[in-house]
Formats: sequence, structure tokens, C-alpha cells
Amino acid sequence: MTAVTVGARPLFGRRKTRNPLVIGLLRHALLIGVLIVMLYPVIWMVAASFRPSAEVMNSLGLFSKNYTLDNYRHGWSAGQLNFSRYFVNSVAITALSIVGNLVSCSLTAYAFARLEFPFKRILFGVLLATMLLPYHVTLVPQYILFNELAWMNTYLPLVVPKWLGVEAFFIFLMVQFIRTLPRELDDAARIDGCGHWRTFSRIIMPLALPALGTTALFTFIASWNDFLGPLLYLNRPELWTVSLGLNSFLDVTGESAYGSLFAMSTLALAPIVGFFLVAQKLLIEGVATTGLK
Amino acid sequence: MKNTRTGREGLTAYLFLSPWLAGIVLLTLGPMLYSAYLAFTSYDLLSAPRWIGLDNFRRMFTADPRYLSSVKVTLIYVVVSVPLLLIVSMVLALLLNKGIKFLSGYRALFYLPSLMGASVAIAVLWRQMFGSTGLVNQVLGLFGITHGSWVGSPGTALWTIVTLNLWAFGATMIIFLAGLRQVPAELHEAAAVDGAGPIRRFFSVTLPLMTPLIFFNLLLDTIHAFQVFTGAFVVSRGSGGPADSTLFYTLYLYQQGFAELKMGYASAMAWVLVIVLAAFTGFLFLTAKRWVYYGDER
Repeated sequence: MTAVTVGARPLFGRRKTRNPLVIGLLRHALLIGVLIVMLYPVIWMVAASFRPSAEVMNSLGLFSKNYTLDNYRHGWSAGQLNFSRYFVNSVAITALSIVGNLVSCSLTAYAFARLEFPFKRILFGVLLATMLLPYHVTLVPQYILFNELAWMNTYLPLVVPKWLGVEAFFIFLMVQFIRTLPRELDDAARIDGCGHWRTFSRIIMPLALPALGTTALFTFIASWNDFLGPLLYLNRPELWTVSLGLNSFLDVTGESAYGSLFAMSTLALAPIVGFFLVAQKLLIEGVATTGLK
Repeated sequence: MKNTRTGREGLTAYLFLSPWLAGIVLLTLGPMLYSAYLAFTSYDLLSAPRWIGLDNFRRMFTADPRYLSSVKVTLIYVVVSVPLLLIVSMVLALLLNKGIKFLSGYRALFYLPSLMGASVAIAVLWRQMFGSTGLVNQVLGLFGITHGSWVGSPGTALWTIVTLNLWAFGATMIIFLAGLRQVPAELHEAAAVDGAGPIRRFFSVTLPLMTPLIFFNLLLDTIHAFQVFTGAFVVSRGSGGPADSTLFYTLYLYQQGFAELKMGYASAMAWVLVIVLAAFTGFLFLTAKRWVYYGDER
């Protein structure tokens, strides 16, 4: 009996020490393989954007002896207007959207998290329900409304909704965050004579910076990538965003100029990757803790 | 005394809420009611809406084959891509879970596509990649396989959009990963002592504890999948082609509403979608009692 146990032990032990190493290596190999498959197309696109057009379509690799900026030069001034205009427009819309979301969502969240008022539960239910509401149902009537208001070919249809807190997810995120802040802070502020406005602006907002940062980042990405909104409301090329510019560029050049298309696509993605590099921790925590997508 | 204080606090609260309330009334509830009315009318923006009763709905289900094919395309897409997304996310989250080196690096790189997946730039890349001389066919060429354009053939175009959606699985994976890290190690150890292997432990310990997050991701990814637009629009150049094989619901709604100015019909389509999604959400919440584990509090 004892002999069997002793005899069995080394075998058991060896299996336990060798397996983790092999499994670990296999795991890394698998993960790296998946990453390569996922990211290679994007890396290839960036490399292709620096290669002469003739090389773009017939090469799987990344390297070339003839790297050039021609695609960028050609792409930047192609289309009906040049991309500098589209970038300025995208930056303007995105910036106005971010500020709008921060202001409207934080005000709303403070009320839900800290104040008592009639119909609070019902209104909070409305807030949660709008988070799941597909945007289609307001797409047509909003279009009619903005058309009646003569807001076509202005940025108002894209920006005003943000200032009116239509992105309920961010409100919910901030409500959850503010609820974690100790109430004693509010009480202390009240004793010092702060009203709700001062408590909100001087106490709660500075402490809610992580939630504000998450909101700003995700609003940036959503506005920068937005395609349907600008497609509906911006018909004049001088108002177009980068997304619309790229889309029309594809119409104009078709398959013939993938070099310049890739160059402009690379530039369109650059701000997103830039913010990702700077703030990936905040982004990933935002997803992990709130389920933002 | 107390009443006046709560009264004043209520007033302050409504001041704080005023932008949001204006948005709810003017941009959400009001438009919803208006579109519910429009769903029973014929309206082209130029002349006043004309009441036509249930004609829009009747046409949708009996006289509009393109509508039915958009329903079919969207349903296939949802049924295939959502489970695929959940499984891939779960498998990768499991691979990343157990104290792996470079975790934050992996996590970040897997997440990056989630930020870019909805962009026109990536859709442009997808259109090239799955074109007749694109990257995919060049890779297949190395193995001596020749294939026509993937985006240009009705049999495969939808699958290019499925891969585009799958490519952005990172956000779902991160949510799963956050959940996996909450699974108490003692439970695994106890199960291991009882002789459960890794697969048995996954199905009997991990999976039940993950059901709240599976529920959450299933709900959001499904709603999200019903609304896919940019990728399909850019890849098919707004047509939903070839042969309507990528005519997603939202794309067809866009064509009907904003290219053909059939505002009534598009509103009716939107309401059908709302009702379907509400039914799906309700169904999910009703069945949740049976399969979602809410911890020991019950």
C-alpha cells in the first residue's frame, strides 16, 4: 500500500511540473498566432500605404525598396476637396460631441446619484430603457425634425443630441461612479455652505475624473467613427467628415487607387490608435467595469 | 419644513436634469410617438403624411421580397455571428486567464480592433482584403487555391461582414476576462480535489458563475448585431449587394427612408425592429431565472 503511493508519487509530480511549461508555451503560441491573423491586415495596409501603387496589389509582404509618400500626397488632395478639410470637420464635431456629453451626462448623473426628486424611480427606469432602445426608431422622425428646423448641412443634428444627454450609457456609468463616492464629502461641503451646484462642480466632478475620462474617450471613438449620422445630415463636401471623405474617395477612385485609399485610411485610424496608446488602461478598465463597447 | 426642503431639492434636481429631460422629450419620446404615427402613413417629406392604415406592414410581409430578404440576411447574421463572437471571446478569455505573462499586452492588442471595427477605414480594408486580388486570395494562392472575389459573390459576401464583426471581439473578451478573475480559486481547487478535470471544472464551476456576464454580452451583442450598418454599407457600396446578400435590415431601412424618401415605410420597419428586439429582450429576461446564476443572495 505504502509502496504503491511512494512509487506513484514521482510520476504524478513529473506530470505536474512538465505540463505547465508545455501548456504555457502552447498557449502563447496560440495567442500570438491569433494576434498575427488579426492584426496583420492592418499592418499590411499601413505598409502598403507607403509603397508605390503598382506594388500594393501584388505583394503579401511588408517591405519594399521603394517606400514613398506619393500615396499620401495624392490621397490628401484627391476627392472633391482635400482631406485637411475633412480632418478639421471631424475634429470639430468630435470635440463638440465630447464636451456636450460630458456636460449633459454629468449634470444628469449628479441628480440621479445625489438628489431626491419626484418621479425619480420612473425617470431612472426611462433612462435604463433608452439604453436598450435601437436608434432606428428615432432615426426617421429626428431626420424630419432636423429637416423642419433647417439643420440640414449643419453640425447641429450631430452635436445637439449629445448636449441633451441622449447617450444614456454614459449617464448610467457616471451614476454608478458617483454612487461610490462617500456621502460625507457632500455633507462636509454643505456644512461649509456649498449649494448643490458648488458640490457638483467643486467636489463631485474633480473626483469623478476617471468616469469623465472614460466618457470622453468613448465619445471620441464613437464620433470619430460615426458614419450614418454624417451620411444623413451632411451633403455638402465642405462639411464632410473623414469617414464620409473616405467613403466618397472609394466611389471616385474605385479599385484603382488602393495605395492612396490605404494612406487616407491609415490617417483616419491614426488618432484612434494614438488615443489607444495613451489611454489603453482607462479604455480597458472602462470596458471591464461597465461593459461599454 | 422637511417638505419645503425636499421641494427645493426637487427643483434643483430638475434643473440638473433639464438638458436630459429636453432630450428625452424632444429627441426620444416625441420622435418615437411621431414615428409610431408615421408607420401608418405614406409620407415623402414633400406632401403631408397620408393615413394608410396597416398597408405598410401588409406590404412588408406580403409584397416586398427585398424586405423579407433583409430580414433573412439579418437573422442569419445574428444567429451566426453572436454565438461565434461569444465563443471566441470566452475561449480567448480562458486562455488569458490563468496568470499568463504579458497579460496586459495581450489584452490591449486583442482589444484594439474593437475600437476600429466600426470605422469606414477598416471597411475599406475589408473590401480590398476580400476582393478578387485581395490579401485573402493572395494568401490562398500560396497554397494553390484560387477563389473569386469574396465580397463580389452572393454566397460569401455576408461572411465577410461576419468576420468583420468577429474581428472586433476584444471588448466582449475583456468583459469575460474581468468576470473570470472573480471566480474564486477555492471552488476550482475543491472541484479538482473531488476529481474534476479542467473541462468538467469549466462546465460545472466557471460557466455557471459566468452566466450573468454571458447574459449581458448576449443581450448587448445581439442588439448590436441587429443594427450593423457601416461595414455593410461601405463593403457593398450602399447597395446591400451582390444580389441583396448583404442587405442588412438597417441598410434597407436607410435605402427606403432616405434614398427613396418612404418615411412611413421606414418608420414601420423601425417599429417592427423595436418590437422584435423588445420581445427578444423580454424573452431573455424571462428565461434568465432558469439559467443565470445570481450568487448566494437568493
